[in-house]
Amino acid sequence: MTETVVAIGTRKGLWIARSSDRTEWTLEGPHFLMSEVASVAIDTRQGRSTVLAGVKSWHWGPTVQASTDGGRTWTESAERALAFPSDTDTALERVWQLTPDPNDADVVWAGVEPHALFKSTDRGERYELVRGLWDHPHRPTWEPGFGGGAVHTIVPEPGHPESMLVAMSAGGVYRSADGGATWSPSNPGIRAGFMPDNEYPEYGQCVHKVARGQGDGELFAQNHNGVYRSSDNGQSWQSIAEGLPTDFGFTVLAHPTRPGVVWVVPVADAGERIPPDAQLQVQRSDDAGATWRRQAAGLPDHSYTCVLRDAAGLDSADPVGVYLGTRNGDVFASADEGETFQRIATQLPDVLVVRAAQLV
Amino acid sequence: MPSAPVRVILPGMLRDLVGGVAEIEVESSGDAQTVAELLDRAFAEHRILDGKVRDERGQIRRHVKVFVNGEDATRGEGIGAVVPAGARVHIINAVSGG
Repeated sequence: MTETVVAIGTRKGLWIARSSDRTEWTLEGPHFLMSEVASVAIDTRQGRSTVLAGVKSWHWGPTVQASTDGGRTWTESAERALAFPSDTDTALERVWQLTPDPNDADVVWAGVEPHALFKSTDRGERYELVRGLWDHPHRPTWEPGFGGGAVHTIVPEPGHPESMLVAMSAGGVYRSADGGATWSPSNPGIRAGFMPDNEYPEYGQCVHKVARGQGDGELFAQNHNGVYRSSDNGQSWQSIAEGLPTDFGFTVLAHPTRPGVVWVVPVADAGERIPPDAQLQVQRSDDAGATWRRQAAGLPDHSYTCVLRDAAGLDSADPVGVYLGTRNGDVFASADEGETFQRIATQLPDVLVVRAAQLV
Repeated sequence: MPSAPVRVILPGMLRDLVGGVAEIEVESSGDAQTVAELLDRAFAEHRILDGKVRDERGQIRRHVKVFVNGEDATRGEGIGAVVPAGARVHIINAVSGG
């Protein structure tokens, strides 16, 4: 029987919501109580039910934990799964992103703080620093965002293992065309309105999240002020913010099968960081950002919370499920691509990451 | 003649990771060793503890304290502090968080 699993990483632990029909939900947890879970990946490649979690204890440091039974039981390697090599004289602060590679079922990518990319070739047991990005001459000048300086977004390209993209706050978008050996900034068209002089620098943009769409070369980006589309695999970017109530936000989601379908969760303003008009909502476009419409049925008004960059996710069912977690510990689920939402968890710690998948 | 072993006392939060072990005895090879040398020996058979107490540079984590005979070594010389033979070393999770 297919089970929909929603992994909910929070400031103080991980919860797992499960459902056989996406209507009735059970909630398990907490796992890792009192530890921050900022990154989760559900690895369904080759029929797996593996869940990987970037866990940080405020006392005992960051690590990656793994479950092979859909998040019910967890194991941690005795040796550090992910650590900076000694020559870097650097210590891992936090694992911000875990991304199973679509081209190689043994590869998992990890984006971490401080700004670095790691690669595992054994399904997430051990990770090694990707030197090409670490050694990039721009790295010392990448500024930390408010949450810290990290590679928080990793976007491989299905069918093209040599091609991938990473994003960071506030370094911007970088692309590799050789599997991660070398990297180049790729921010043409992305505005950095906070810069005093040149608002279109080569790099330094505060990209909050990038999602790959299903159109040819299609990517969507939510920035610190700015929503963008690329139709050339990130070589250039065009604003698609017109029609949105605000161009600020943290997350962006792209439909897993339908080109041009994209969701953002607008946030009123960088200086407010609440939903527009205090109505928690998603904005959906079916035409790659040309037009937008609000989806808010089942989401609360008089809401002064926020959805962070990884606190939204999609499942892979048809119709696609949309999931949102808020900083005040609610999780909302939609089984009809955002038309209606129901609350499936409440009173959790602030939600940092939400990932969903169908497990067999 | 062998020196008295050093007793490393683990906090409750770490004992579950090593099957309930509360204390590790480390033989002293001489009169004294540093905190770093002591932890290398204490964690040789309990590798998971190393990543909890120290970062990959070998530094004691920010919210962890190591007391040597009741003195907070992390306030002084840190991992270079001297641990005399027969010492009692407490590893403590700092009173921090929210």
